[in-house]
Amino acid sequence: MNVIEIENLSFSYPDGQEALKDVSLTVSERETVGFIGPNGAGKSTLLLHLNGILRSENGAVRVFGLPVEEKHLREIRRRVGLVFQNPDDQLFSPTVFDDVAFGPMSMGCPEEEVRQRVRRALEQVGMSGHERRSPHHLSVGEKKRIAIATVLSMSSEVLVIDEPTSSLDPRGRWELIELLQALPLTKVIATHDLEMVRVLCQRSILLDEGWVVADDLTSRLLSDLPLLVSHGLVPPPR
Amino acid sequence: MRHAFIDQYSDLDSLVHQLDPRTKTLVVLAFVLTVMATPPMAWLSLALCAILIIGLILLARLPPLYALKRSAVVVPFVLMIAIFLPFFEGGEVAGSYNVWLWRVSVTYDGLIVLWNVIIKSWLSVLSLILLSATTPFPRLLKGLQRLGVPRVMVMLLSFMYRYLFVLADEAMRLGRARESRNLGGGRIWQIRTLGNMVGTLFLRSYERAEHVYQAMVARGFDGEMRTLSELRFERADLWFGIVCSLCLAVIWLTALR
Repeated sequence: MNVIEIENLSFSYPDGQEALKDVSLTVSERETVGFIGPNGAGKSTLLLHLNGILRSENGAVRVFGLPVEEKHLREIRRRVGLVFQNPDDQLFSPTVFDDVAFGPMSMGCPEEEVRQRVRRALEQVGMSGHERRSPHHLSVGEKKRIAIATVLSMSSEVLVIDEPTSSLDPRGRWELIELLQALPLTKVIATHDLEMVRVLCQRSILLDEGWVVADDLTSRLLSDLPLLVSHGLVPPPR
Repeated sequence: MRHAFIDQYSDLDSLVHQLDPRTKTLVVLAFVLTVMATPPMAWLSLALCAILIIGLILLARLPPLYALKRSAVVVPFVLMIAIFLPFFEGGEVAGSYNVWLWRVSVTYDGLIVLWNVIIKSWLSVLSLILLSATTPFPRLLKGLQRLGVPRVMVMLLSFMYRYLFVLADEAMRLGRARESRNLGGGRIWQIRTLGNMVGTLFLRSYERAEHVYQAMVARGFDGEMRTLSELRFERADLWFGIVCSLCLAVIWLTALR
């Protein structure tokens, strides 16, 4: 079953900059797909279309068969959890508990269930016992984990995550990769961390300047050196 | 970077710390009203107010020096406003001075107004320090919300608490980046770069606000802020409320005489 279907999607920002050009792709259930590409390729813009934060007149986005439009937004946003690149944007509440509880609360869950969901989500990311801390006092790695917990607590079925390994040290990076690997969800990961893509994603989609340049098995895509070089993902051979 | 938070010392343990934030907010409000309503020459009442608040600060096991330092923060603001009062009030003249071309007089009434402003603002600030230093900020927010403070205000305070130090860090990083490349230059130029920094900081905050809003919407935000409330009035709240009300009532009586 196709979880995400995008057909001929084009999008321009209000200042006229074309960020997506005729993008078509699908993501099926339980798949982990990498959106790779250089800075400014349109990865983040594309992610914001997956739960209707951005919507375009041109092209169609369907999530679980539902077109992304006003009346389905509530359901789509519950089922698609979006984790932003900068955890200081994602974590906006005074305590870790409040932040992880934000999603379930806005879904209208009763109190006991909210507590249970928060407990389970923090357990899943290995951050139990940090409920009362202030996000400001967490390390970058901890913030990233909590940011993931904030969507796990909504029992999202798709995890859409932007640059999960940016600004992490090697240990923090590997811990996060292992964490993502262990989560049994459909995952869409936007990144230029090719090593992580190799580990996590069966399939990858290469974007550049708003176009889908390639859509293939990760192993095949990442062994096409000339392609990677021409899109700035590996340095040219000398 | 780590910052001393607004609610530093709020994780200590004392009778005052354990109280429900609503109890403390209401008592502090009543205290401030009492201080405001006390005439400036009611020495006994003002002394009792001071004893009450200092006693509570000691009861809360806050370091007295910390409270004193924090309360000193308001002094410049109060002085700025109040320092000219003695010169403009009418009444009996306490002293006259020649300052260059003008003849300046200080009146007794004016001095009383000055004293009035200083002592009252200081006592009020001490009580606010007691409240903020014994209540973790998130709990204080919940208390305010339960007391019926408009949701927008509570949300504003909550974002302030969350992002104040994120912004402070950002400002610090900008400052360091500037210092590293700052090899002199004229004063005008220096001021101009400072202006640019402030502008950059504003733009970044603006962008961050946009991102935060997106993150909230992505998780189903629909304009309403829901929080779980784990607040409960205990027996201690009742006793604390009664004792403080009695003290304040006595202060009112001494002021009436």
